[in-house]
Amino acid sequence: MTIHDFLAPVSVACQRTGPSDHIVMSSRVRLARNLRKQPFPAWAKKPDRLRVLEMVKPAVESLPQLSPHFAAAMDELSPLDKQILVERHLISREHAAKGAGSGLVVNQEESVCVMINEEDHLRMQALRPGLQLKACWQAIDAVDSTLEPKLDFAFSPELGYLTACPTNLGTGIRVSAMLHLPGLVLAEDITRVINASNKLGFAVRGLYGEGTEALGNVFQVSNQMTLGESESQIIERISKALLQIIEDEENARQLLLEQKPKIILNHIGRAYGILANAHTITSKETMNLLSLLRLGGELGLFEKLTRALTDELFLLTQPAHLQRQHTEKLGAEERDILRSDMLRERLRHIARPHGLGPQNQSGPV
Amino acid sequence: MLCNVCKQNEAKVHLTKIVRDKMQKLDLCEDCSKEKGVDDPTNFSLTEVLLGKVTEEVAAMVQAEAAPEVGLKCPTCGYSQADFKKAGRFGCADCYATFGEGLETMLKTMHRGTRHTGKVPAALQQSRAEAQKLKQLQKRLEKAIEEERFEEAAQLRDEIKRMK
Repeated sequence: MTIHDFLAPVSVACQRTGPSDHIVMSSRVRLARNLRKQPFPAWAKKPDRLRVLEMVKPAVESLPQLSPHFAAAMDELSPLDKQILVERHLISREHAAKGAGSGLVVNQEESVCVMINEEDHLRMQALRPGLQLKACWQAIDAVDSTLEPKLDFAFSPELGYLTACPTNLGTGIRVSAMLHLPGLVLAEDITRVINASNKLGFAVRGLYGEGTEALGNVFQVSNQMTLGESESQIIERISKALLQIIEDEENARQLLLEQKPKIILNHIGRAYGILANAHTITSKETMNLLSLLRLGGELGLFEKLTRALTDELFLLTQPAHLQRQHTEKLGAEERDILRSDMLRERLRHIARPHGLGPQNQSGPV
Repeated sequence: MLCNVCKQNEAKVHLTKIVRDKMQKLDLCEDCSKEKGVDDPTNFSLTEVLLGKVTEEVAAMVQAEAAPEVGLKCPTCGYSQADFKKAGRFGCADCYATFGEGLETMLKTMHRGTRHTGKVPAALQQSRAEAQKLKQLQKRLEKAIEEERFEEAAQLRDEIKRMK
C-alpha cells in the first residue's frame, strides 16, 4: 500500500475542524529525541543510521497511539510519495531528501507522525486542525513517555534532552501554528507583526518552514528557544502571542472592510475570476488566489463556498497531489493546464462573489 | 610574572588572544618582545602576530597553547571542535560533555536560560526528587546544628545516612 492510499482522501482530511480555524490552519508540537552513545544522523555512517532505524522503528510502530499506522524506510518511498508527505506537512523537505537509514511512521488520522533519522534520531510530532497547542503537547508527551522505557534517550539533568543542534537543546520542543493572514498582508501590517513576534523570540516562516516563501499568505509561527523554560511555559507564551496575532488579523479584516471595501472586493473578485476561468495556471498563483478565495468565504461573500473546499483545493492543486490524480507523468505545462481544468470544474457551482450589503451591491447576483 | 620566552625577566608585554571563548595569554619581557618584533604597541596587530608575521618561535608558542583544544575529539564519536565550528551541530550526545567548555556562553545567546527546567524522563524523576529531598535535609541539619538542637540534628544525620 502506498502512503497515498493509506491516508484519508484530501476531501475527508479537509473536513477536520478546530478552534479558530478561520485563521489557524493547524497546530503542531514536535519533540526532538536522540539515543545515547549513537552518533547523530548527520555525523553517523550508513550502518550506524540503519542500526538506529532498526531500533527505533519497531518501538514507534508498537505505540498504541499510532494505530493504525503506516511505516516505511525513506528509500522505500517514491519521490512522488515523499512530495505528497511534504505537501501534507507530515515530513520536512529535509527529511524527504533522505534515503536509506531514515524512516517515517504516521498514523491514519495524520495526528501523530514520527520522522526517524532526520536531524535527530527522532522527531516526533503531533498535529491538530485549528489552534490546539495544548492538545498537541499532551498527545506527543504521551507518545514520548511510552517510548521512554523502550529507547535509551540521551538526557542530562542540567541540559535536558541532548540534540544534534544546540538550538533544540533542553526540551527539544518546537511549538508551531500555521496561520492564514491575508488581512495583515493586504493591510501591509504583516512586517510589524513579524518583527514583534521575532522580538518575543518566535520565528515566522513560510508555508514549508525554514527558508520558504509565505505562499498563499500562510505563515508558520514557532518558538526558537527550547532551554530554560518548561514545555508548558513555552506553550503558554506562544499561545499568548498567537491570540494577539489572531486578533490583529481579525481587526485588519474588519478595518479593510470598513475603510477599503473596494480594494478587498476587487482582490477577491479577481481571484475568483481567474480561478474559475483560467485555462492554465501555476501552483504558486493558485495558492495566492485561493488564499483570497478563502478570505472571501470567511467574509461571507460566497453563498456556497466552504472552508473545506478551499483547503482541499489548496492541497489538491500542489504539484505532487496533482500528479497523483493522473497516471501518466506530467510536465510543468501539462500540470498547469490540468490544474486549471480541475479548478474550473470544482468552482462551477460557486457563484461569483456578491457585494457587502445593499449599499455596496456590485450588481445583480 | 616572568617572561614566557627567557623565563628570567619580568614580563612587560602581554598578548591576549581569545579562541572559542578560551583566553590564551603570552607574556614577554621587554628584551624578548623586541627580539620577537612585538615591541611597538602602536604598530602592533595581534592578528599579524598570530598569522605568523612575527618570528616562528612566538607563533609556535601561541599554537602550542592552543593545541590541546584544536586536537580535542569526542571519545564516543570522533567529532572534533573544528567539525562543530563548521556544522554548528554536534556529533553525538556525549559531545556536550566533550566540548562543554564555552558551551554556556553559546547557550546564553540562544535560549532563555542555560538550565533545563522541563520534562524529565520518569526513571530520572525519582532520583531528581531524592536529590532535592537530600538537599533539604542537609539544610535542616545545618540549621539544627547552628541553633544547637542536637537531638534533631542527630535524627537528620541518620536520615541522610540512610538515603545515601
